[in-house]
Amino acid sequence: MLVLTHLWILPLLPLAGAAANGVFGRRWPKSLVTGVALSSTTLAFFSALELGREFMALSTDRIPWTKSYFTWITAGGFRADFALQVDQLTVVMLLVVTGVGWLIHIYSTGYMHDDPGYTRFFSYLNLFMFFMLVLVLAANYLLMFVGWEGVGLCSYLLIGFFFLKQSATNAGNKAFWVNRVGDFGFILGVLLILRTFGTLDFAAVLPRAAAMPAEPAGQAGVLTTIALLLFIGAAGKSAQLPLYVWLPDAMEGPTPVSALIHAATMVTAGVYMVARSHVIFLNAPLAMEVVAVVGCLTALFAATIGLVQTDIKRVLAYSTVSQLGYMFLACGVGAFSAGIFHLMTHAFFKGLLFLAAGSVIHAMGGEQDMRKMGGLRKKIPWTFWTMFMATLAIAGAPGFSGFFSKDEILLAAQRTSTPLWAVGVLTAGLTSFYMFRLLFLTFFGTERFDEHQVHVHESPRNMLAPLVVLAIFAVGGGWMAAPELLGGVNHFRQFLSPVFSFSYMNETSLPPDHLDASIATEALKVLLGAPVIAGLFGFLLAWWLYVRSSETPKKIAESFSALYKLLKGKYFVDELYAAVIVRPLVWISDKVLWHAVDEGVIDGAVNGVARVSRESGDRLRYIGSGNVRSYATWILIGAVIFTSLLLWMAG
Amino acid sequence: MQQTYVLTVLTFLPVAGTLALLLLRSDDHVWIRRLALVTAAAEFAISLLLLRGFSVQATGYQFEEFHEWIQQPPIHYHLGVDGLSLFLVLLTTLLTPVSILASWKSIDQRVKGFFISLLVLETGVIGVFVSLDLFLFFMFWEVMLIPMYFLIGIWGHERRIYAALKFVLYTMFGSILMLVAILWLYRVTAAAGYPTFDIAQIQALLSSGTITLPLRTEILLFGAFFLAFAIKVPLFPLHTWLPDAHTEAPTAGSVMLAGVLLKMGTYGMLRFCLPLFPEASRRFAPEIAVLAIIGIVYGALVSMVQVDLKRLVAYSSVSHLGFVVLGIFAFQAVSIQGAVFQMLSHGISTGALFLGVGMLYDRRHTHLIKEFGGLATPMPVIAALYLFTCFASAGLPMLNGFVGEFLILAGTFQKHAAWASWAALGVIFSAVYLLWSYQRVFFGSITQDKNGALPDADMRERGILFLMAVIMLWMGIGSPFFTRRIETSTQNVLQLMRRPQAYDAGEINNHDMNAMDMDQSTMPVNSANSAAPAGAAGSVKSR
Repeated sequence: MLVLTHLWILPLLPLAGAAANGVFGRRWPKSLVTGVALSSTTLAFFSALELGREFMALSTDRIPWTKSYFTWITAGGFRADFALQVDQLTVVMLLVVTGVGWLIHIYSTGYMHDDPGYTRFFSYLNLFMFFMLVLVLAANYLLMFVGWEGVGLCSYLLIGFFFLKQSATNAGNKAFWVNRVGDFGFILGVLLILRTFGTLDFAAVLPRAAAMPAEPAGQAGVLTTIALLLFIGAAGKSAQLPLYVWLPDAMEGPTPVSALIHAATMVTAGVYMVARSHVIFLNAPLAMEVVAVVGCLTALFAATIGLVQTDIKRVLAYSTVSQLGYMFLACGVGAFSAGIFHLMTHAFFKGLLFLAAGSVIHAMGGEQDMRKMGGLRKKIPWTFWTMFMATLAIAGAPGFSGFFSKDEILLAAQRTSTPLWAVGVLTAGLTSFYMFRLLFLTFFGTERFDEHQVHVHESPRNMLAPLVVLAIFAVGGGWMAAPELLGGVNHFRQFLSPVFSFSYMNETSLPPDHLDASIATEALKVLLGAPVIAGLFGFLLAWWLYVRSSETPKKIAESFSALYKLLKGKYFVDELYAAVIVRPLVWISDKVLWHAVDEGVIDGAVNGVARVSRESGDRLRYIGSGNVRSYATWILIGAVIFTSLLLWMAG
Repeated sequence: MQQTYVLTVLTFLPVAGTLALLLLRSDDHVWIRRLALVTAAAEFAISLLLLRGFSVQATGYQFEEFHEWIQQPPIHYHLGVDGLSLFLVLLTTLLTPVSILASWKSIDQRVKGFFISLLVLETGVIGVFVSLDLFLFFMFWEVMLIPMYFLIGIWGHERRIYAALKFVLYTMFGSILMLVAILWLYRVTAAAGYPTFDIAQIQALLSSGTITLPLRTEILLFGAFFLAFAIKVPLFPLHTWLPDAHTEAPTAGSVMLAGVLLKMGTYGMLRFCLPLFPEASRRFAPEIAVLAIIGIVYGALVSMVQVDLKRLVAYSSVSHLGFVVLGIFAFQAVSIQGAVFQMLSHGISTGALFLGVGMLYDRRHTHLIKEFGGLATPMPVIAALYLFTCFASAGLPMLNGFVGEFLILAGTFQKHAAWASWAALGVIFSAVYLLWSYQRVFFGSITQDKNGALPDADMRERGILFLMAVIMLWMGIGSPFFTRRIETSTQNVLQLMRRPQAYDAGEINNHDMNAMDMDQSTMPVNSANSAAPAGAAGSVKSR
């Protein structure tokens, strides 16, 4: 019970690391900085493992396990504590965050080795771990918001890590601002929760929300409003339509950051938040529909953009947006555990994809354009093979982790609505295509770079080891769900079932013991097979276009040039936002509010009054354009008025 | 009641310091600075006694001092603090030595006059916060003007005379209205046979129903007081003196102006407008809230497009103080506590922003954003601490700004969801103007040769900024230390707003006031209640 009793130790470890490196790191040798940063995350990971062990031994009536440390904000009857809680969902998130975080810290010691900002980098990265742990451990919405904003801060700092680059700091600002739009929704949702339930503690809010009757479909009552407001926050953090625009730009940050923050952990916080609030959503059918549709459309939309991008990290970024869409689709159709399952497998394979991409970039001396790569398979075999595993996983190849999680989502989607399922399957095909396109462009074909200038080399061991570990999980990380397909139990869902037991719209309709009966039907086989076939199709197409007949893509692009430009230009959403929101807002603020209203109307009136009074008081004015002594005049006037009033009053 | 003199000492120690300063030779800059700093530091140390002796539970005023001063008209020397003023006094005693330190090197002309002005200003401001007699209050309110006028007019920048005059004229305009209202109020008490300027006595007369103000009179009196305070805050559209005053003022002037002078306005609203004129307050709350919300959004948007860094911070004050006014006129215990907290919080973080801007000015003698760029490279320490302050100001949780804004929004939302929703827009925009300006000043590569070799913060500057950062962190994490001490007085204000002899509409409001406190016992909790708050909100609107 060591860790459960001292729950604070978990977030405090990385915080201590961040503080130590942040304050003293500049005077320390690099090895000490590395030691501090790594030991804090290593200890955090092993503490999380130990916590998991201790948690399994807890009796169910002690879950959620809560520890309250101090009152953080209190006023009137309102109170929010710095309180942490652990339940099954928390355990999963903790293991993912500390596990993947730990591996990425190790990787970073290699990747960032020669960067002058090494200390700063690890200080930020540890700080991120702290806030992420606060986010998943929080026992109330307000503390969750602390983690939520904190990871946003770290994201801002790390995207703009190379702060000499204008594009990097622009991207950092964009990320923070777009997230603030989401936070606007989140905070209003929190306020409405407070007004409705009188508290922000999960332990009090969620049972009460569950006890409320479900709101009629198509109607927006208080629960629906709360759910939609929270979802605005989730859409900001987890890069869903229409707030996804910051995530692709966030690739300006160092690649380990993209892996940890912008793929594996922080961007999934929105999914976690929705899953945490699932009882509110379940009683708000309209909000569920919105979540499902937005998730589904985002999955498709981002995947289509990913088809034509040439920057290796951008492809992965759009892929992340797309995969997050799947997770929300899962939540929207009530399959919360499937959403969290995909969150976990995605953390493995997408984290790996980014780290491998980083290894490629490292090998290429900083090059990120896939058009200037090619044929790297033999030169960096470890990178290639691990990335290949991850690609199979995300493409949903049977037996790989992504297969299980994606299939579970699509199965649940099909139960709610066939169109959602169909779009999901289509997206699965697109996913497979753009991922194999990436793989083929990078590792196959001819070398499209000057070998005299680029000295391709495999990465050092401290970078490869995390790749291998993640590859193992990308392959096998889904097997705990595997027995279900053979008529057994989905261990992952079973583990989470106490959290999501309030109600299972789809998952109870498919209880484990009845699964074998339904799975036998032919229809279900088709359902399960469809995404696999779509994936295979995507693979074959990618192989045809980028290995077999590598001149064809150019021709296709030419014959469908309008569509190609639309996709290549990312549907011109950034341009749209700039033209419709950003520029008008700046123009109005500058020309109308500042110059016209502030300087023209208000100050014009004030100066006008002042001029009139000055001219009428000309006889008093020997001071001219404003000597300091003119104050004396006013004092005199004031004193005269004051005295006469006093006399009037006394008399 | 045991007699104490701590408030008298606090009020007049700075003036005593100025008398000592007068004895020094005018060109003995070193000792002038030292003596000023010692005075201000001693003042701060004494003010900590308030914190130690302050009782969290006690209702009413503490450390009270009461002496007859003038027989006819009966003016009392009556001082005291409560939860509303306690931390404002501490904020003043903290920011004064900080301002002195910030001016250590940058003021080299008329040094003696400068520090005398600063110390007299401190006396004026503390006097305002501790006076419990309207006449005394007004006197300090006016006294404060003179040193501030000099600080801007003598040690300011190019357009200092214009800015200083504008500041004084605006304030004087409000002051005269307030003076008339004070005298009117006095006549009312005199007519009832209890002539007094004493706030507590007037309050008692009004609360007990000994004096009833006709609604028209109450509205006029309220209007006069409110206008004087609204100018000081400043509330949109009375704010245009502020950007000029800030831009032209020396760093210390800006710190004191933003840090404590603006709070005299919001403090006045809480101390006078709400308790003395509750019906008028309620009647005009919607209009005032709208102005506050406009101020929040408008201030932020105008701030965003400023080309002058100091002016940008000045407009951000309009936005932040809009939150305070909104919190006060939502009449919720939570939102008012939030408003008081936000006053302190804004004093610290905006004060720190001005300190940072001042450090840049000391090096480059400009506030124009385009003159900077890439400063994070030559001055990483200032860059880091300035960024910290930006995030505190933008309301990042676990730093000071968040607590005040959240409590204001949470309290306001209970009754007026729409107000809070509009105000929450400020949360988005504050991040925009702060981070955008930060990027243009500190990030990127050096674009001007002059900026390349600028020195980073020295020990003095580090100490100042670090101290402010620690306070921001403390206020962000340990906010109950503050809110618990503010709580009783807040409840008291709301209590005083409930007049026993209230008008018909007042009865309903009384009833609402109980439900409004988000006490969990009275808070609707189960499913049937989603309708209850909405119904209650309706009754306020239908006053």
